Amino acid sequence: MSLLEVKNLGVKFSTPDGVISAVNGVNFSLERGQTIGIVGESGSGKSQTVLAMMGLLAKNGVANGEALFEGKNLLTMPAKELNRVRGDRISMIFQDPMTSLNPYLTVERQMTEVLELHKGLSRKAARVRAIQLLDAVKIPEAARRVDMYPHEFSGGMRQRVMIAMALLCEPEILIADEPTTALDVTVQAQIITLLKELQRDFGTAIIMITHDLGVVAGICDQVMVMYGGRTMEYGGARDIFYDATHPYTIGLLNALPRLDHDGAELISIPGNPPNMAHMPAGCPFCERCSLADEHCHQVLPALLPAEGKPHVLRACHKTGEPILRLKEVAHG
Amino acid sequence: MWSYILRRLLWAIPTALAVITLCYLMLHLTPGGPFDSERQVSAAVLANLQAKYHLDQPLWRQYLYYLNDLLHGDLGASFRYADWSVNSLVAQALPVSATVGGLSVILSLVIGVILGIAAALRQNSIIDYVVMFLGNIGNTIPSFVMGPVLILIFAIWLKHPDGNGWLPAGGWDGHAIYMILPVALLTLINVATIGRIMRAGLIETMSSNFIRTARAKGLPLRTIVFRHALKPALIPVASVLGPVAISAITAAVVTETVFSLPGLGKLIVNGASNRDYTLVLGLVVLITVIAVVFNLLVDLAYALLDPRIRY
Repeated sequence: MSLLEVKNLGVKFSTPDGVISAVNGVNFSLERGQTIGIVGESGSGKSQTVLAMMGLLAKNGVANGEALFEGKNLLTMPAKELNRVRGDRISMIFQDPMTSLNPYLTVERQMTEVLELHKGLSRKAARVRAIQLLDAVKIPEAARRVDMYPHEFSGGMRQRVMIAMALLCEPEILIADEPTTALDVTVQAQIITLLKELQRDFGTAIIMITHDLGVVAGICDQVMVMYGGRTMEYGGARDIFYDATHPYTIGLLNALPRLDHDGAELISIPGNPPNMAHMPAGCPFCERCSLADEHCHQVLPALLPAEGKPHVLRACHKTGEPILRLKEVAHG
Repeated sequence: MWSYILRRLLWAIPTALAVITLCYLMLHLTPGGPFDSERQVSAAVLANLQAKYHLDQPLWRQYLYYLNDLLHGDLGASFRYADWSVNSLVAQALPVSATVGGLSVILSLVIGVILGIAAALRQNSIIDYVVMFLGNIGNTIPSFVMGPVLILIFAIWLKHPDGNGWLPAGGWDGHAIYMILPVALLTLINVATIGRIMRAGLIETMSSNFIRTARAKGLPLRTIVFRHALKPALIPVASVLGPVAISAITAAVVTETVFSLPGLGKLIVNGASNRDYTLVLGLVVLITVIAVVFNLLVDLAYALLDPRIRY
């Protein structure tokens, strides 16, 4: 049994404009100690997927499907039981370390409360453990800084505090929702390295949500590419990164700035992400895809094993020749 | 922090001076004087009276006389209550107003915060609607209407078997029963303001990112609200606490008249209609000082609530 098995997960929001499907039929699984990357542009549904699993959707959001953690469905779990899982077995770090820590409480209070709650430690013992973890995420003078407030830390340091806080109970799964997006590029690399090291030391499985394919290449075993609330391509990180077969993934990879190209122009995918309230009947990517034809606009492609690579799943009507040409255009 | 407090108190001096000067001029601009009355007073007596209170001197000199007295802590002699100094009048009225005002501020703070929390956590439920309804009533119906309505209900319609009303309609002898209606009226007005602000503050706080983090930690709702959300939600409440506390005194102008309480509000109304210059000015000075102190307390409360604010 996989540690986490997500089956046919969907998220719907009721808005004044009607019901919007932010996530549709997402499937993936995660083994102990592994890392899966969920990649996509803003609004692709990647954050909502994990927020649904954690029971953190906005009030107007409803999740359906299954998210089985050790066989138990997180989506239908009573609040009390879910609270025993959240923060203890599965923990989460967020995109914006500036606002995700409580500015009114010391770091010590915010860390010790987790251990008091889940491990029944005394405040004193919890404090010792909190300092250990701050040390582990390489915060200098942890014993002194533990009593500070979040505003006394820099952005990168705050994200380290978030990570330390998330690892306090040595969770089986760490969900990282764009953990580096709000940080400087140099700090980004440090945080990714830190996560890798911690994963090695603690054996935590990681769900890494990002729009940065560079991050994916560095840390992930599996990659799921999402667009318009649907899975476009899902497979091993090497397969996706070095041999992408979906026009959207290819577009994303081509958009990566490359040091070995002297062209000053950055490549982008033309157009904008779709309006979730008016999704096309066919492939969600059809309006921005250079290969799209009438069939793509009318019929939603199913997520099926790729030709010759049964462990890679892709949702695209086009195969073979046109895809190869798309990649050649990019590399030429 | 102490230097901040000292600085703020020093700044209060020019503020108070400006308030006093403006008030002084306005009082003297109003027609009539303290000794104009229907009963004819002989010219000699009038001249004596005017000389006693320096009213025969030019205005600027009277002003300086007044400031000099003020510097010595003397609010002057009342023009109309013979044998009474303003100091002693205030000393008698202040405890009444402070008791009624203070009680109502404390009550409206406690009740307002509790109702606000309940309404915020049960958004769009019956309790939310009840709180918002009470809030609108308290905010829209003026106290000079609400006061008599309370008297009508609790002092006249609702009777003990012996024929007396449940509560006295007004007056004061120091017993708690006389305080109930005026305190209730002032509380009703302020609870509305505080409850609505608390509700809005908590709703906003509960949707912030750090509350999402707290939920992701698996904390129960109780801990999330009281440990994580209460302080930030209380900050907007603290900012209205100054005005609310000051209004408890200024609103006393109406409530003390409605309930015939011998407090500062009644004193200032009588003083103004009698052209009792020193009495009105004395009370204005007092209220100014109270306002400055309360605003300072609110600013200090901010620092207590938010660790990012340091003076």
